[in-house]
Amino acid sequence: MTLKTATRAELETEPEAKRRKPKRRRSTQVQDTPVDRLFMVGVYVLLTTFLLIVLVPLINIVASSFSSPAAVSGGRVFLWPVEFTFRGYEAVLNNEAILAGFGNSLFYAVVGTLVSVALTVMIAYPLSRSELVGRRALIGGVLFTMLFSGGLIPTYMVVRALGMLDTRWAMIIPAAIGAWQVLIAMTFFRSSIPGELYEAAQLDGASDLRFLWSVVLPLSKPLLAVIALMYGIGQWNSYFSALIYLRSEELYPLQLVLRNLLVLNNNAGGTNLAGQIEAQQMADLMKFSLIVVSTVPVMLVYPFVARHFNKGVMLGSVKG
Amino acid sequence: MTAAVEARTAMTLRERRRTTRRRNLRRHWQLYLLLILPVAYFVIFQYIPMANNVIAFKDYNVVDGIWGSPWAGFEHFERFFANPVAWDLIRNTLMLSLYGFLAGFPIPIIIALALNEVRVKFFKRTVQMVTYAPHFISTVIVVSMLILIFSPRIGFMADVLGFFGMSENLLANPDAFRSVYVWSDIWQTAGYSAIIYMAALAGIDPSLYEAARLDGASRLQKIRHVDLPGIAPTVVVVMILSVGSVMAIGFEKAFLLQNPLNLSTSEIIATYTYKIGLLNADFSLATAVGLFNSVINLILLLAVNTVSKRVTGNGLW
Repeated sequence: MTLKTATRAELETEPEAKRRKPKRRRSTQVQDTPVDRLFMVGVYVLLTTFLLIVLVPLINIVASSFSSPAAVSGGRVFLWPVEFTFRGYEAVLNNEAILAGFGNSLFYAVVGTLVSVALTVMIAYPLSRSELVGRRALIGGVLFTMLFSGGLIPTYMVVRALGMLDTRWAMIIPAAIGAWQVLIAMTFFRSSIPGELYEAAQLDGASDLRFLWSVVLPLSKPLLAVIALMYGIGQWNSYFSALIYLRSEELYPLQLVLRNLLVLNNNAGGTNLAGQIEAQQMADLMKFSLIVVSTVPVMLVYPFVARHFNKGVMLGSVKG
Repeated sequence: MTAAVEARTAMTLRERRRTTRRRNLRRHWQLYLLLILPVAYFVIFQYIPMANNVIAFKDYNVVDGIWGSPWAGFEHFERFFANPVAWDLIRNTLMLSLYGFLAGFPIPIIIALALNEVRVKFFKRTVQMVTYAPHFISTVIVVSMLILIFSPRIGFMADVLGFFGMSENLLANPDAFRSVYVWSDIWQTAGYSAIIYMAALAGIDPSLYEAARLDGASRLQKIRHVDLPGIAPTVVVVMILSVGSVMAIGFEKAFLLQNPLNLSTSEIIATYTYKIGLLNADFSLATAVGLFNSVINLILLLAVNTVSKRVTGNGLW
């Protein structure tokens, strides 16, 4: 911007602004040229298209889940339930494998999240303190695991050697700490906990642990929410650890049960032909209801935390 | 007293540093106590597996264990590359992730730039809220949804495709596998990936917009000369990370989307490693393949970071 244009523009806009109401309107809206207006139409068309592309499959799934087995099986449902029923949901809630999987997933998500958050704070807080000896080396050690990992079989061998195969531990411990979450927590502690607080606490005779527990953690609730939800949703949605470490079906988390039912299509058929058709139709419907049921817990927490998640993404994006 | 002062000054620098360290350890022992469990975790579940990779160069058997098994040199790597399947796997892995990168990288940027222009708060918030949501849906569910909506008998997408003259089941077609994989990924993550660019756009100095407006810039010019330079460092970092993970393309989704009909394009290194390692129990070969994959990945990441630092001045570290 040259000085000349600036002064000219000021001369032009200043008196005008004074003549109008004291509250100035958003100038970008006033200034739109026809080309700009056309451009804005393009922007809205683009975003609306994107919105619909995301939304239509989701609505279709939900609408199907409330339709009759015959309508679903015949492919007659699009965006509104056809022959509205709850039969799909009744079938889901009467299926013992699904309920057991739901319970297991809840257990893994709650316990896994507690363990993960505790361990993450335990490493991220000391690493955020400059006086820690060997701090740089430890941070390097954590970050290196983001670049290079041991791989599937070598990790499997460790889990096997520890006797964790086919136990609930295998779902919680081997992937307990994420380097990304450590990085986010560390950045948060460094940037959001003022050094003066620590000095004050020290004068009052508080130890490091006491300071962490009584000052840092209460001040870090947004951070704890972010990483807890990252771990929680990750745990709820994962099937990989279960696939490689678990053999007993009674330990299966929901996602592995879902895989067997939805992707591998394992379901019991009826004996006579009419029964088979009926069973097939019911199995089709149940898949839609099952998708909705298993996604509801995540979708319930998501709106409350979307804001926090955005912060988390931003925290992580700050290089440090 | 003078003797003590002399003794202290006579201390070498190294000794002094050692005493301050010892004092530091004594004063902050609680910090080190906290570190014990997490550090043990990183050693046991991250670094010991890295060391276990040594079995890629051995004929591993359970009886002799990792260190007792006989050395095999590069035999397993040779065995892998002698198999014609190897090149198919490498090609499938690279094609899938390059396609994913080329199609998936620009879209979140475009969405963020478009959202940034929108002044109607309600519309903006609705688009954001809805398009973030699929990110939180599990891979199993996304693949199940794909199977259902593309099912010729049930799904509405099959009808849409039928309208364009494609009547076969898309998920059974090896030529369509990559497109299904990549575009469903974009469906799932594009909205959420836009967040990081939205944050970068929000951080641009408002006086730049003011200046652009006074200079009479159109919206498009403003995007070109203010928005794009403003988010460039973020774009570079995201790009390095995506190129760096080209070979690390996920096991989860490819494995779920696999079926006997599309195996010629859907078999990637990660799924192959799982099959020969855990299903065929050929630990050494599977480890060799996995190690090859990780090393290529690390080299790619380092290379892209170096190039980017030289060209744009931005890098990961």
